[in-house]
Amino acid sequence: MMTVMAAGRALRRNLPGGVSAGRVGAVLNRNVGALRSGPAYWLVLLSGFFEPLLYLLSIGVGVGALVGTVPVGGRPVDYAVFVAPAMLAVSAMSGALAETTFNVFFKFKYAKTYDAVLATPVRPVEIALGELMWALVRCLFYTVLFLVVMVVLGLTSVGGALAAFPATALVGVAFGATGMAISTFLRGWQDFDLLTTGQFTLFLFSGTFSPVQDYPVVFEVIVTLTPLYHAVELVRGLAVGPVGWTLLVHAAYLVVMAVAGLWVAARRIGKLLLV
Amino acid sequence: MAHSTVAVLERHLTLYRRLFWASAMSSFLLPVLFLVSIGLGVGGYVGDLGGVSYLQWIVPGVMAATAFQMAVGETTYPVLGDFKWTRGYHAMRATPVRIGDMVAGQVLFMVVRVLPQTAVFLAIVVLFGGLRSWWSVVTPLVCAAVVVASALPVMGVSARIDNDGYFALLFRFVMIPMTLFAGVFFPVAQLPLVAQWLAWVSPLWHGVELCRAATLGVAPPWPIWAHALCLVAWTVAGGWFAMRGFARRLAV
Amino acid sequence: MAEEPLIVARGLVKRFGEFTAVDGIDVSVERGEAFGFLGPNGAGKSSTMRMISCVSPPTAGELRILGMDPVRDGVAIRGRLGVCPQLGNLDTDLSVFENLTTYARYFGLSRAEARRRATELLEFVQLADRAKGKVEPLSGGMKQRLTIARALVNDPEIVLLDEPTTGLDPQARHLLWERLYQLKRQGVTLVLTTHYMDEAEQLCDRLVVMDGGRIVAEGSPRELIDRYSTPEVVELRFAGGAEVAVKLDGVGERVDALPDRVLVYARDGDAAVAEVHRRGLSPSSVLVRRSTLEDVFLHLTGRTLVD
Repeated sequence: MMTVMAAGRALRRNLPGGVSAGRVGAVLNRNVGALRSGPAYWLVLLSGFFEPLLYLLSIGVGVGALVGTVPVGGRPVDYAVFVAPAMLAVSAMSGALAETTFNVFFKFKYAKTYDAVLATPVRPVEIALGELMWALVRCLFYTVLFLVVMVVLGLTSVGGALAAFPATALVGVAFGATGMAISTFLRGWQDFDLLTTGQFTLFLFSGTFSPVQDYPVVFEVIVTLTPLYHAVELVRGLAVGPVGWTLLVHAAYLVVMAVAGLWVAARRIGKLLLV
Repeated sequence: MAHSTVAVLERHLTLYRRLFWASAMSSFLLPVLFLVSIGLGVGGYVGDLGGVSYLQWIVPGVMAATAFQMAVGETTYPVLGDFKWTRGYHAMRATPVRIGDMVAGQVLFMVVRVLPQTAVFLAIVVLFGGLRSWWSVVTPLVCAAVVVASALPVMGVSARIDNDGYFALLFRFVMIPMTLFAGVFFPVAQLPLVAQWLAWVSPLWHGVELCRAATLGVAPPWPIWAHALCLVAWTVAGGWFAMRGFARRLAV
Repeated sequence: MAEEPLIVARGLVKRFGEFTAVDGIDVSVERGEAFGFLGPNGAGKSSTMRMISCVSPPTAGELRILGMDPVRDGVAIRGRLGVCPQLGNLDTDLSVFENLTTYARYFGLSRAEARRRATELLEFVQLADRAKGKVEPLSGGMKQRLTIARALVNDPEIVLLDEPTTGLDPQARHLLWERLYQLKRQGVTLVLTTHYMDEAEQLCDRLVVMDGGRIVAEGSPRELIDRYSTPEVVELRFAGGAEVAVKLDGVGERVDALPDRVLVYARDGDAAVAEVHRRGLSPSSVLVRRSTLEDVFLHLTGRTLVD
């Protein structure tokens, strides 16, 4: 996530806002093209997996050694066990968002990919679904690897991992759809600062590093309204426990988010392109 | 100071005026959010560490890490961009500005930024009770040293690459690991020995320990001169690496 | 005693590894001249310009600029040059005005002086109304004028222009030429590269024709045309292709068959056309024009200049 922040700021520096014109677009186009074609793109894709893993090792294991245990559902668990599912949810979120915000925005604004696609019988909602599928692939690529690491480190059981896996897919779809809807509203690269700031704030305060019950009440209420909190709680419940009816509430939140995001994205893509 | 160096510094400040609000977030808000989430949130479970609260313990680490990340952020895309896209260095090259001025002016710009940035951070954390010693006032200087020691080698890298895809690797395999494992959030003594060695080599760890010594009013793990020497070594080697990289790239 | 030329090169060579970009050229540019390097892409013009602008050290040979050595005194020389590079390097994150003031500071001008020069120069290149605006929305011609203004910010003795009008539309080119002509009248020494004949004829007092890293001819545009061409040229196109060229033997002073047309060099174009018709040939099109540097180049190298 820090990577995105740094890149966003840098792009802002080199691609001043409101510049939709050819040269910048062409430069970016070429870069992305170059990235896509060579092994570099795959290296970058793979490296995206390491960021949440490094947080897990640093905060979960490193700081965890100082923390000892934290209560989950009234039962004390190792701090690393507490943090790991949260990082899993974060990797699902950021994998999906990276594809649907940055890349979709690029295709919209510079590559004009969708203009070409819409000249064919493909409908806007199909574009939205297609993008979402690809985002989901990237997201699941991250979460499968992450679950393997969790099992190897003894941070969850094989059963827990198998239960959590479909939940990470739901998280990916929910954030992917929302990200796509958001990217249709972005005015320029400068809005990525805002987006990454929001993403980072969610990352720090969604019951990721300490239980939300510790937050001041007002704060806790606000957090329970935000999406990553539900993603973390759902994934944590399935991977670590306890499994209960409340997990359905979290899942329902994500389903609504996915449907709403997709609906808005499809409507906006149609509106922006079919003029 | 050479006039041309100041002219280069001014150019970066002029650019920065436009981007102040965009970068204010990462310079000022982000470290505070970190402190609240990890320092206060997780700190509640840690209790004391070496006789001080966990919040007080990570304040100097977050401070130095913020400076470090600013240095890396400012010397990756912006430097490559001035070689490749805006060709700002080529424009300078046609004037009496020397390569040394280009490098020094840009590093100076980061120093000019980090000093007030660290001072503001100090003012905020003092409200949280995050400082324990008046020696805290020297931390802006330590952070400036961290910035110089980390910016120069990265400038050298940016001067040698052509595809910005490498930056994602630099961030994920160098910058973030260093931030997470160089004594910012937990003592490096907890790390396996090999990782400890890596932390000792990194410029950030020395900055973190010097800042920590200052804000807690204790002696750093190594003698002060030894920490300072490591930062100076990075500065000298990085400066040489950057100057050579710039000279080569501009000499075709 | 006459002043030493501002630029003197003897046996100047630039190699990149195995490739020789500039292969031993001799050049001298006098104060107040407009001097041109004419040649196709890859002729070695830009490499020569980069050596003169002291950013690329010569591989061999002698080069003196303003009486100084570009390798040792690069800083001092660059302080008295104005450079308009071929690849744009305006700062797109700065305003039009800031581009000039920032650049002026590189030359050690005071802030007040930088602002004064910037205002004056934006007036000169007719961009005063865009001062506060961004660089990106400017047209190609405007950007090029801004680059020229930037090159003038230190009141240079020599202005180097590397293909100043490449990629500009005709109107923008004429405006630019007009500004450069103004500069020349003010006594500024201009050194430019171009692959446009009309540009060289319009702007240059003297020029060298380069090909494959060497100088193949030198002189004023008029001299070169007189020496290597004829006053008039007849361009003939034949429906059946250029095979008829053999039948044109002896018409005018020289005949060149190109893939798409035949050129007849003659003192009197109309007389040559009459001779063509007398021989019973009926070209599909006939054009009589004055001879240009293009013809000189064709004659010297056997190739056309652009593409």
